[in-house]
Amino acid sequence: MGIHRGHNARPLEWIAEKFIFTVSLSAIAMVFLIFLFVGREALPVFLGDTDSALVQTVIPSKDMEKTAPDRLARYLGMSVSELKTKDADTLRTMMEIREEAANEVPAAVRDDKDASANTTEWKYLLKAHQWTGYTKPEHIWQPVSAIHKYNLVPLVIGSLKTTLIGLAFAVPLSLAAAIYVSQLAPPSWKEWIKPGIEFLSGIPSVVLGAFAFLVLAGFLQDIFGYRYRLNAFVAGIALGLTAVPLIFSIAEDALTSVPRSYVQAALALGASKWQTAWQVVLPAAAPGVFAAIVLGFGRCIGETMVVLIASGNASVVSWDIFDSTRSLTATIAAEMAEAVNGGHHYRVLFMLGTMLFAVTFATNLLGDAVMHRLKKQR
Amino acid sequence: MKKHLALLAAGLLAAAPAFAGNITVKGSDTLVVLAQKWAEVYMGGHAGQKIQVTGGGTGTGFAALQNQTTDLCNASRKIKAKEQEQCVKVFGKRPTEYKVALDGLSVYVAADNKVDQLSLEELEGIFTGKIKNWKEVGGGDAPITVYSRENSSGTYEFFKENVLKGKDFASSAQTMPGTAAVLQAVAKDKNGIGYGGAAYGNGAKHVKVSKAKGEEAIEPNEETVLSGKYPIWRYLFVYVNPALDKGDVAAYLKWIRGEEGQKLVKDVGYYPLPKNQRAN
Repeated sequence: MGIHRGHNARPLEWIAEKFIFTVSLSAIAMVFLIFLFVGREALPVFLGDTDSALVQTVIPSKDMEKTAPDRLARYLGMSVSELKTKDADTLRTMMEIREEAANEVPAAVRDDKDASANTTEWKYLLKAHQWTGYTKPEHIWQPVSAIHKYNLVPLVIGSLKTTLIGLAFAVPLSLAAAIYVSQLAPPSWKEWIKPGIEFLSGIPSVVLGAFAFLVLAGFLQDIFGYRYRLNAFVAGIALGLTAVPLIFSIAEDALTSVPRSYVQAALALGASKWQTAWQVVLPAAAPGVFAAIVLGFGRCIGETMVVLIASGNASVVSWDIFDSTRSLTATIAAEMAEAVNGGHHYRVLFMLGTMLFAVTFATNLLGDAVMHRLKKQR
Repeated sequence: MKKHLALLAAGLLAAAPAFAGNITVKGSDTLVVLAQKWAEVYMGGHAGQKIQVTGGGTGTGFAALQNQTTDLCNASRKIKAKEQEQCVKVFGKRPTEYKVALDGLSVYVAADNKVDQLSLEELEGIFTGKIKNWKEVGGGDAPITVYSRENSSGTYEFFKENVLKGKDFASSAQTMPGTAAVLQAVAKDKNGIGYGGAAYGNGAKHVKVSKAKGEEAIEPNEETVLSGKYPIWRYLFVYVNPALDKGDVAAYLKWIRGEEGQKLVKDVGYYPLPKNQRAN
């Protein structure tokens, strides 16, 4: 007979089914809307519509009547129709504020060679630039400064560095655990180890971060004797701990779902348990293991709290793993609250968000696609 | 069920600002503890008043002030031109600024560091990365590790403008998410140096600061901050839409800036306004 559908189904079941369907659909819509929102806030940077120059042309407030409405509207950042709704006093006050702000800039800064540079242009975002007071061209992230310096390079390196250290720590550990649990462990042990590792994912990342900050940093410093107590290495290890349960459980699934007949055939041909696991099961599960690593990457690069607390957050360009480092996620988390809404700092932070979103989305998509293909093959 | 609905309704009403007898306060995380203390004591003495305090950061507070989702905005820095402009755009007038407390900033070093006084000039050198070794300022031969605050903090901006004279922090400066974190880090790092509220302090040593090398170095405390002898201090502010600055809101503002409100300031580690700046 099978399950009744349509008018034959019980009404309550029908409602439940439709409800679940709506929920799943709204989840997809939500992801889409979030991306749309983040992208919209970042769009002006991509289009080159933001101007972070310190010195801007100022129209004196006494010239208000003489200025054409469309020029005035553009100057004050609104549309002409919006301008018409404001009374003259409001507009005058707004223009006065502009004048005052321009007058408050110290003379030394006003005469700086970069004072009228729009630092949200791509060349400033990506290439090294010699700012006043620096001895050589450098990649500098100093958004709160007389001249706003928004170079992304230190942050991208910071994110990649902590993520790669995290993976270098988590992948061997979790793969070894997955191979052991799925192939070699006696069933009674398996019952303890598997939930034990997966329990790790239940630890909030803020707790892991605090643990890294208070305990792990000092402990590792005693062993390795590095100079900066908080650095990419400490953050990477803690980051690895957050990724272990994810990589482990996906890899373990992939290894367990290798057909039993492969194992039996290998054992029947005289291979040892270890040889079977290493030379037969692991290659057969390779795509699943790959997907686990890719998803682990997405988890690491998107993690915020751990890196914010444990990495020291110094925006330096360096591949030394024992240097303090600043990641994209920590930057957004730390700076968003104080950024002027709709200002250039706010836009640049959203641009970082868009980049991160794109990267994690792509890696998750890749991971899922690989897993999906894997399931279809069976 | 009815009770639940009533609670829900109360929650919704609390979310709407400027409701009779209801004041919402939002903004600086530096001020949030003090603001909560004020609200608590004020509500205790004025039945029927509801004051809701949330943090989120000074920038968040100003955004809420512009959107008119908060009555008062706590700020650990002065309002910026862009924020002022947005406010004027929405409600036609500049927001009114009230000074509500003083905050002294201390420079911390590890407890066993030999250095116990620094001049402003030396501090500038250390935090901009020009001075890299403790021996240059009279300490042992060891590299200096600089701890700073996140650039979202009002403390960071204040320190940058007044001690670094607008120059950039060294990019190797590590930034911590809060004053407590700076203190923890300095306490655990014998070569570390950091800065933060004078009220914090267990575990690290507060350095005496002199205006110039050779002058008397001053220890931060209430007397030296209030008299202006200690060189690193700032005001904390509350901003309000002038159209709302009447009735309950005005009474509350007057209370926090008056005798009773200022008495509470010291409990949370800031310094009260000098007598001539209070409301009476």
